[in-house]
Amino acid sequence: MKKICDMTAVEISTAIKAKEITVTEAVLAFFDEINKYDGILHCFNCTDKDKALKRAVEIQKKIDRKELTGLLAGVPVAVKDNILTKDFPTTCSSKMLNDFISPYNATVIERLLNEGAILIGKLNMDEFAMGSTTESSYSGLTRNPWDISKVPGGSSGGSAACVSARLSPVSLGTDTGGSIRQPCSFCGVSGLKPTYGSVSRYGLVAYASSFDQIGPIAKDVDDCAALYSVICGKDGHDSTVSDIGFDFKKVSADNISKMRIGIPEQFLCGEISEDVKNAILKSAEVFKYSGAEVEVFSMPILKYAVPAYYIIACAQASSNLARYDGVKFGFRAEDCNSLQEVFINSRSQGFGMEVKRRIMLGSFVLSSGFYEAYYKKALKAKRLIENEFLKAFEKFDIILSPVSPTTANKIGEFADNPLGMYLGDIYTVPVNLAGLPAFSCPCGFDKNNMPIGMQLIGKHFKEEEILSAAKAFQNVTDFRKRAPELSFGGESI
Amino acid sequence: MKWETVIGLEVHTELATNTKIFCGCSAKFGAEANTDICEVCTGMPGALPVLNKKVVEYAIKTGIATNCEITRYTRFDRKNYFYPDLPKAYQISQLYLPICHDGYIRIDTPEGKKAIKIHEIHMEEDAGKLIHDKEENCTLIDFNRCGIPLLEIVTEADFRNADEVIAFVEKLREILQYTGVSDCKMQEGSLRVDVNLSVRLKGQEDFGTRTEMKNLNSFHEIRRAISYEEKRQIELLEKGKKVLQQTRRWDNAKGVSVSMRSKEDAKDYKYFPEPDLPAIQITDEMLESIKASMPELPESKRKRYTDTFGLSEYDAQLLTSDVYISEFFENTVSLSSDCKEIANWILGELLRLLKENCIETKSIPVTPKNLIDIIQMVKENKINRTTAKEVFEKVFTESVEPIKYVQDNNLLLITDFSRIKSVVEEVIRDNEKSVSDYKSGKTSAFGFIVGQTMKALNGKAPVQEVQKILKERLG
Repeated sequence: MKKICDMTAVEISTAIKAKEITVTEAVLAFFDEINKYDGILHCFNCTDKDKALKRAVEIQKKIDRKELTGLLAGVPVAVKDNILTKDFPTTCSSKMLNDFISPYNATVIERLLNEGAILIGKLNMDEFAMGSTTESSYSGLTRNPWDISKVPGGSSGGSAACVSARLSPVSLGTDTGGSIRQPCSFCGVSGLKPTYGSVSRYGLVAYASSFDQIGPIAKDVDDCAALYSVICGKDGHDSTVSDIGFDFKKVSADNISKMRIGIPEQFLCGEISEDVKNAILKSAEVFKYSGAEVEVFSMPILKYAVPAYYIIACAQASSNLARYDGVKFGFRAEDCNSLQEVFINSRSQGFGMEVKRRIMLGSFVLSSGFYEAYYKKALKAKRLIENEFLKAFEKFDIILSPVSPTTANKIGEFADNPLGMYLGDIYTVPVNLAGLPAFSCPCGFDKNNMPIGMQLIGKHFKEEEILSAAKAFQNVTDFRKRAPELSFGGESI
Repeated sequence: MKWETVIGLEVHTELATNTKIFCGCSAKFGAEANTDICEVCTGMPGALPVLNKKVVEYAIKTGIATNCEITRYTRFDRKNYFYPDLPKAYQISQLYLPICHDGYIRIDTPEGKKAIKIHEIHMEEDAGKLIHDKEENCTLIDFNRCGIPLLEIVTEADFRNADEVIAFVEKLREILQYTGVSDCKMQEGSLRVDVNLSVRLKGQEDFGTRTEMKNLNSFHEIRRAISYEEKRQIELLEKGKKVLQQTRRWDNAKGVSVSMRSKEDAKDYKYFPEPDLPAIQITDEMLESIKASMPELPESKRKRYTDTFGLSEYDAQLLTSDVYISEFFENTVSLSSDCKEIANWILGELLRLLKENCIETKSIPVTPKNLIDIIQMVKENKINRTTAKEVFEKVFTESVEPIKYVQDNNLLLITDFSRIKSVVEEVIRDNEKSVSDYKSGKTSAFGFIVGQTMKALNGKAPVQEVQKILKERLG
């Protein structure tokens, strides 16, 4: 039998139901890995072994009594630290919320718990999900399991790295401008950024409300589909969620033979590394081999995506993060002599550089006299980009692209170059602007043996189409099966 | 007077919904501090608003009743500012596409009817309440009021004096109460009026620099504040000084307005469309069904009261100025056609007792049937008016049943004429002087004799009968 930590979530749940392993064994297997490797990797902001083991016993009983039969019953799950949990602190990797414990669970957490999943801990991220490297975390950076001198990507760096390093079978991340897809690409795992409005954002600490979506991260397509099917769907607490459902059973590799796949030429030129470009072109060949039609086409509008995205996202962030004012919860600066000082000092001391940069940028574009020139124009660009995608989808079922122009960068590489970091989002943000679903999965390795990811973009609420295509790809490739060699267990650097 | 005052209003009214605008918390006034709260209305991280549909319905009702255009594609915007009573640090409000716009309300002025234009009506959430504790030297926050639904009604600068302002607010209050949109209790803050005021030379077209006055919580204070502020501005201008564009707070106790902030430090609210709430499409069906559910409004009621019930304009005005009073009137009229008499009782005794006992018109303790019974007894000469008033008061204060009460307490008038006649004989015998005065033409003596007779009958005879018998007897 496979080592438990190498199993997928679906395999673990099946083995538990078949009484090949117990829930407790599954939980312990992952905590062993966490003990060995997380000291170096720092995927987790916190874990709770005792709580997990206690719940494992309860869940085991329910599975034995056939009260729990779901796809994730008994499966350990770790979640990004911006998703609210009553049983764990939710820090958003910020000093501002360093000791914050939510009085309520996010909708996705309630759904995971009802499914019988075991929460094992909360995962590191860029502060308030702002960043592409997980270096802006107040709790310290996360290392890439493939090369610990490199970043895992971000903002869901902990979520991708922990699945890559086999510290958790699956995890939840969040994607506002690529924050699930890019770290998945950097860490060699799979992740789904669902259609905007398919997963409830209730209990997700807001960064940019128009783009934020929670999504699954896993070792393969089936686990992503399973986790997605649990968390998606209508929620009375979030009026932006649609009631269009997702049918797990519709995901099938057979669907690929009828599919038409387009590759925007704008995504294959410019700053892209040769290794990434070649991996994408090779993947295109794989799809052709599987029976799909593949064609390169042009989408010039994409050049407006990064500026439009940063204007809208920062504007909304400046408003969403205004509630952290030192009055009600979270960090409050000491020795304040006036109300004004409580606001200013708490925010100055509680937020990190990247967060402050985005709040200032957002406040600027919304200020009186600039709204029309920036925010309104960015909304217009958003609409045009969405329309261009809809036009492309008249011709294609799926759009294929790289996730990031490069593989994982060195720690500290973008320390003085935030703009360089923002430009790395060039392939991911158009998807968020258009509200489309996109799947990121491994499709090759560069000359330094770092994983390369590809992105499959689908029509609104057509998750099953991109997952089907990814499954067809998986069936004839084995990139997803490679795991990083962790040679540093027990040591410290 | 060479100066002219120009006034526009911003009226905030709390809606009478059961729950708050974006969460399921109770919207009732007066609960213990911080008990009607949840993660949504206290702005916890991750919480999202879900719109209470009743608020949209109430806003549309108000719009229809004030002759507004209804915005068919409307949405919310965020108004961003830091203040401890605003837990999200933004208020969900409407700037770009308010739900109603371009309406008017007609008011009566000494020069005749005047239409006050309504610029817009928008929906928004209320903020919490700060309580300054002087002893502990700290400020406490009560979040119960956070998320109470509000309508803000913004008028054009169409008012020229305080009377017009009061007439408008009274009309608006009538409308809000009639449509059931708000209970409009100024003392509880469910109707709040901000006054924008400027002065200019008569005949001048451009507006002067205006100030905005807040914290006006009664008609009396509105009137005082307007008169103070117009005087203040005129004095400044006559001294050759300038009026500064300011937000000013009216101080009830001192009777002055004081500057809160000036234009220079006016806040930049950084409005943008609320991304957490989808835009609202108001369909024809929605609009039709709301129109169909609209109650009769006071204007049309007044016309019906004068035309159908034959009441005076004045009585009709009084009866319709309060929705519960007019409801009571109509329920009573449906039992008897004695409209004028019913109106008199309501406008006289009922209003007096409500006022004396501090009872809201919403909870009138008398039933229409009670009133009809009393009116009927008077009409049938079973009791006289004085007794009737006493009975009415008993019904009001102790909920007694009028007919039974009259019987049990032996209040029925003496209808036995032979007994009245024999008493009349006794009175004539005992008051020779007055009788001869009367006979010699001193008509005032008649009243005295009637009084003596009534006294001898313990007041329990129909006075008209006594007068009739005396007239016959004395010739």
